[in-house]
Amino acid sequence: MYPAQFQYHRATSVQHALDLMAQHGDDAKVLAGGHSLLPVMKLRFATPAHLIDIGRVSGLSGISESGGTIVIGATTRHADVASSALIKAKAPLLAEVAGHIGDPLIRNMGTIGGSVAHADPSADLPAAMMALGATMELTGKGGSRQVSADQFFVDVFQTALGSTELLTAIRIPASSGACAYEKNPDPASGYAIVGIAVQLTTSGGKVSSARVAMTGLGPKPMRLAAVEAALAAGADAASAAAKAADGIAFIDDARGNASYKANLARVYTKRAIARAMK
Amino acid sequence: MATAAPMIGASIKRKEDGRFITGRGKYTDDINLAGQVHAAFVRSPYGSAKVNGIDASAALAMPGVHAVYTGADLKAAGVNPIPPGWLHAGIQIGDRYPMAVGTARFVGEPVAVVVADSAALARDAADAIVVDYDELPAVTDGPTALSAGAPQVHANATGNVAFNWQLGDADGTDAAIKGAKTVVRQHLINQRLIPNAIEPRACVAHHDSANDELTLYVTSQNPHVHRLIMGAFVLGIPEQRFRVVAPDVGGGFGSKIFIYPEEVVACWVSKAIGKPVKWTATRSESFLSDSHGRVHDTDVEMAFDGNGRIVGLRVNTVANVGAYFTLFAPAVPTYLYGTLLSGQYDIPVIHVKVTAVYTNTVPVDAYRGAGRPEATYALERTLDVAAGQLGVDPAELRRRNFIAPTKFPYQTAVALQYDSGNYEPALDRALTMVNYAQLRKDQAAARAQGRYIGIGLSAYIEACGLAPSHVVGSLGAQAGLYESGTIRVHPTGKVTVLTGSHSHGQGHETTFSQIVAHELGCSVDDVDVVHGDTSKIPFGMGTYGSRSGAVGGSALFLSLQKVKEKGRLIAAHQLEAAAADVDFADGKYFVKGSPSRSKSFGDVALAAYLAHNIPSDMEPGLDSTTFFNPGNFVYPFGTHVAVVEVDADTGHVTVQRYVAVDDFGNVINPMIVDGQLHGGIAQGVAQALWEGGVYDSNGQLLTGSMMNYALPKAEFLPMFETDRTVTPSPVNPLGVKGAGEAGTIASTAAAANAVIDALSPFGITHLDMPLTPATIWGAIQQAKGGK
Amino acid sequence: MAQVQLTVNGRAISRDVEPRTLLVHLLRDALGLTGTHVGCDTSQCGACTVHMDGRGVKSCTVLAMQADGSTVTTIEGLSTDGSHALQRAFKEEHGLQCGFCTPGMIMSAADLLARNANPTEHEIREALEGNLCRCTGYHNIVKAVQTAARTMQNA
Repeated sequence: MYPAQFQYHRATSVQHALDLMAQHGDDAKVLAGGHSLLPVMKLRFATPAHLIDIGRVSGLSGISESGGTIVIGATTRHADVASSALIKAKAPLLAEVAGHIGDPLIRNMGTIGGSVAHADPSADLPAAMMALGATMELTGKGGSRQVSADQFFVDVFQTALGSTELLTAIRIPASSGACAYEKNPDPASGYAIVGIAVQLTTSGGKVSSARVAMTGLGPKPMRLAAVEAALAAGADAASAAAKAADGIAFIDDARGNASYKANLARVYTKRAIARAMK
Repeated sequence: MATAAPMIGASIKRKEDGRFITGRGKYTDDINLAGQVHAAFVRSPYGSAKVNGIDASAALAMPGVHAVYTGADLKAAGVNPIPPGWLHAGIQIGDRYPMAVGTARFVGEPVAVVVADSAALARDAADAIVVDYDELPAVTDGPTALSAGAPQVHANATGNVAFNWQLGDADGTDAAIKGAKTVVRQHLINQRLIPNAIEPRACVAHHDSANDELTLYVTSQNPHVHRLIMGAFVLGIPEQRFRVVAPDVGGGFGSKIFIYPEEVVACWVSKAIGKPVKWTATRSESFLSDSHGRVHDTDVEMAFDGNGRIVGLRVNTVANVGAYFTLFAPAVPTYLYGTLLSGQYDIPVIHVKVTAVYTNTVPVDAYRGAGRPEATYALERTLDVAAGQLGVDPAELRRRNFIAPTKFPYQTAVALQYDSGNYEPALDRALTMVNYAQLRKDQAAARAQGRYIGIGLSAYIEACGLAPSHVVGSLGAQAGLYESGTIRVHPTGKVTVLTGSHSHGQGHETTFSQIVAHELGCSVDDVDVVHGDTSKIPFGMGTYGSRSGAVGGSALFLSLQKVKEKGRLIAAHQLEAAAADVDFADGKYFVKGSPSRSKSFGDVALAAYLAHNIPSDMEPGLDSTTFFNPGNFVYPFGTHVAVVEVDADTGHVTVQRYVAVDDFGNVINPMIVDGQLHGGIAQGVAQALWEGGVYDSNGQLLTGSMMNYALPKAEFLPMFETDRTVTPSPVNPLGVKGAGEAGTIASTAAAANAVIDALSPFGITHLDMPLTPATIWGAIQQAKGGK
Repeated sequence: MAQVQLTVNGRAISRDVEPRTLLVHLLRDALGLTGTHVGCDTSQCGACTVHMDGRGVKSCTVLAMQADGSTVTTIEGLSTDGSHALQRAFKEEHGLQCGFCTPGMIMSAADLLARNANPTEHEIREALEGNLCRCTGYHNIVKAVQTAARTMQNA
C-alpha cells in the first residue's frame, strides 16, 4: 500500500499551482483532499511523477454568497459543505448530496473540487452539480472561464478541464427547498449505483421548471430531459418518472443488466421527485 | 467445586481489552526487529500461465534491494511443497511449491520475492521485475472444470478431479427416493466467500545463525501446527530450533489456520540472507492469496412420505477446491459437510457424493463453519422448498422431522452419533420470541398492501469441538485433534495457564481465567493465560472448529483437578487428617465437619514449593499438564429466524429482525458467547445477501477489493435478539459446546429463506446467493412475465 | 525526503519522510504508534482512523505532507489508561473481540459524538459506515457508543 515515488510540491497560490502544472505537464497531478487520487495511487493505478498540493492555497476554500449566487471554493471539504448553514438554506440539495458522499471520515477530508474534477461516473456530486445548474470556475494562465455542469462532465473520468487549468470554485444559483437526492449505494464501495438529484422551481404551489440529473448508471452524469419536460408540463411524480430511462442506452454489467438499470432510473427518479414535491 | 460467586457462567468483562482499547495490542505487523528487511511478492497476473523466465536485473540494481528469489530457486535449495493435512483414498495432490515452479495456476500465485530495506522499496523493486509468461487457458468454475476438454490444472488430476468421496447408503437412498410420495429436487450454489479478517496476514521471520535457530512471528490460529508442518515437511528445520509465535491476531475465521507460501518464503530468505524478513499483506493481496471458502455446486433430492416426513436424502456436490489443497481443504467438503446432512432430522437413509475439483482460483479451505454451513444451507433451503411444495408451514415441517429427545444418543445415517439434543424447545422459544403466528398474519396483511415481508427459519446442528483423534485419524487426518492445557501454580498461589488453543478475538484470556478462578476459588486477576508461543506451550492444535472451550478448556479443567488433588494431599498432611476427610471450597482446604481446620490454597501452594512439610513420597511443586482427547464431537444446535422486507420495486432487502435461540450446553461467559454469536450471524447473513467472490472465465478475480466485495457494514444489520436453551454436553467435563461458528452456520439459510419467503407471492421458490437487488428484481420480472 | 512537523498526542515532532509516506505509516513506522492499524488499501475499513485538527480522518488516505503543521490524535492519545468514556464503554459492552478494528472504531465514534452528543441507533450505524468490523456484527459496538454517549452527557 505504498504509492510509487513522486515529487511533492506545495502550491502557495493559484498562480504557483498553475506554474507548477505548466512546468510538469502530464507528469503532474493536482492533490486537494486526496480522497479520489490517493486511493488509486496506493494501488499504483496512478503513478504521477509530481504531485501539486493545492490544499493550503488560501482563498480556495470557503463558502460565500454574492448576488444570489453561492460560491464554494474548490478545496472546501464535503463535511463543511454538508453542514454549512448557508448551503442548507440556499442550496439544500447540495447539503443533502454532500452528506451522502462516502462516509463521515471521507467527508472530513475529501473536497468538492477534487470530487467534481475527478468525475467518477458513480460519484454523487456530479448529479447535484447538474441539477443545481452549477458553474465551474476553471482558472488557467490567461484567467478564468466559467463552464456549466452540463458542459463540464465529458466522459468517464473526463471533464472540460484543460491540462493546465485548475478548478478553483463552483458557483450555484440560490435555490429553494423543493429538492431531493435519492441514492442506491453500492453495498461495498458506497458509491452510487444510481443517484437521482431533483431540483424543482415552484410558483403558486406548482412546479414551473425542474432540473433532474442522474449519476451512476452511465459513463457520466446526465440530465433527464424528458422527465424535466414532463414536470414542467405539470406531470405528477409517477408519470414524469416513467420517462426517466427514455432514450438512454444502459449497458449490462456486474451491477445489473440494462433493464434493471432502467428500472432503477425510473424508481429512484419517482422517489426523488415525490420527496422534492412534499 | 463452586465458590460463593461462581465464575463459570458469569459475564466477566474481558481481561484482554485493556491493551486493545488503548492501542497497545501487539499484532504481527507491530513487530519490528533490528536489521529487518521487507519482502514483496511478484504474483501471477494470469489464471494459468507458463513461467518462461524472470528478469530481476532492474530490481537488483536498485539501491537498498538485497535479493530476488524465484520458485525454482527455493525448489533447488530443497524447499518442499506445502502439503495438505488430510488425505482421502485416491486423492490426487497437485504439488504446491511456495512460489510457482514452471506453471502459475491462479491469479495471485507468488512467482518471485524481492527483499529490500523498506516495504515501499520492496514494492518498487517487485514492480521492476519482468516475468516472461505464456498465458494458458484457465478454468474457474467447478462443473466447467469437470467438463470434457476443460483446461487441466494439474497433470496428475485427470479431468481435474482431485478426489471422489461418498458417504451413506447409495442403494437404500435410491430405493427410498423411488418409493417416496413426494421428491423435492433443488439445485443450489453455495458461492465463493473471501474471509477478510480485518488484520491482513503478516509474518516476521528471523534466523539466528549463531545458534541456527529460527523464530517466526505470524498471523496464525495454530502456531504449533505451523511449526510442525513448516519445520518437518516443508523447510526441514528441527522443531527444537524453530519457534513460532502468534501474537495478537486480528481475526481469523479459518483463513489463518493454513500454512501459506509467504511465511515459508520469509523463513527461508531470512536464513539465506542472514537478516530478519518481514512481510505484511495488502488487502489486495489478501483477496488474492488468503484461502477462500465454500464454492459448492449441489443437487439435493429430499424424499417425503405422505405425512411430510423425510424418508431419504440424496446430495451430490461438486466442490471447487481451487488450484491447490491447503491444510484442511480435503476435510471441509467431506467429513465436515457430508456428515452433517442429517441436521436435526430423523432421516432413515442418506447418501452424499462429493467430487472435489481443481480450478484456476485461489485455494478453497475452511472458512467460519467450514462445510457445516454448506450442509445446513442445503438442508434448510431444500426444506423450505419442500414446505412450499407440500403446503406445510416451514416451522411445522421441521418439527415433524426432528429427532425425538428420547432417541439420543442418536446414530445418523451419515456416521455421526449425536450425544444429546432436544430440538423443539429451541424452535418453540424462537417462534415465541419472533411472535410467529402474529408475524404470519402481519405478513399477509402487508402483502395485501404490496409490501413483501419474509420470514426465514433455520434449524441447525453443528459438529464441533474438533475432535476425537482416533476418529479423525481413521478418516484421513494427518494429525490428532486433542488439546493441551497446563496449570502452573506459583508459590504464592497465583496461576499461569498455558494453553495450546489460540485466541484471535475469542477472549480466552478471560474465559480460561474464569475456569481457573471457578475451580480454585481465586480471582480471575490471579490468573494469567499464555497462548500462541511454541517456546512456552508444551504443544497445541490451535483454535478452529469451535474447539477451544470444549477441548482446550477441558484440558485445563482436568489439569485443575490434578492440581487440586495434589493440594488436598498436602493439606491433609498438614492438617493431620485423612485425605478423604479433606474438602475444598471457596479457595480453602478444610476438614469435613470442622471448617476452622483449614489451609488456604495459597498456603498449600507455598508448602508445595517449600517442600518442608509435604508427604514424604510426594514431589515438590504444583503444576499439571493434560492432553485432553475428546471422545466425540460436541453438537450445538438451535433455531434462528430472520425477518426481512423486500422492496419489490428495486429488489432491495432490509433485515428487520433477527432472532437466535441456541444451545451451547453450559456457558462459561455469556457475554462472550453472545458476542461470538452476533459476529457469526453477521457473517452468515452477509453470505445470503451481500458477499460473493466472482471470477471471470480467464481467472481474473472480479471482486478483488473492498470496493467490490461487500462486507457487512453497521447500517446493514439490526440489533440481534438472542436466547439460549441449555443441554450440557456429556463428552467433556465442562458440559460445554462450541459457539464460534454456530451463528454463521445457521444464519445464511435463515436469511436466504426469509428473502425467498418474501418472494413467494411471485411464485419464486429459489434463487442463488448472494440475493442482490439485481438478482431479486430480475426474478420478480421474470415471474411476472411468466404469469 | 521532505520534513514534516506536527503535533501528535500533544507532542511536537519533526521527521524527514519520503513524500509518498502516508500519515498512517508516519505514525506506525516513524513514531511507533502502532495502535493505528492498516486493514485495507481502498479507504474502506477505517482501522486507520485518527483525528486530524479535531476531525476523524482515514490516515491511510492522507499523506504525511498533508498533515504537516496539524494536530493529530491517535488512540494512544485519547487516554493512556483506557479511561475515556468510549474506551470504557467498548470494554463494558464487549464492543470488541480481536481488537484490530477497535482503535479506528473508537476514534470514529469519538468523531461522531463530537458532532452529535446524543445519536440514535440509526445515526450511530450510519456514522460507522466507514469502519468495518468482522467480529462483532456491530451489535455491541452500537451499544458501546450508546453507553458512552450517555456517560459523556452526564459528565
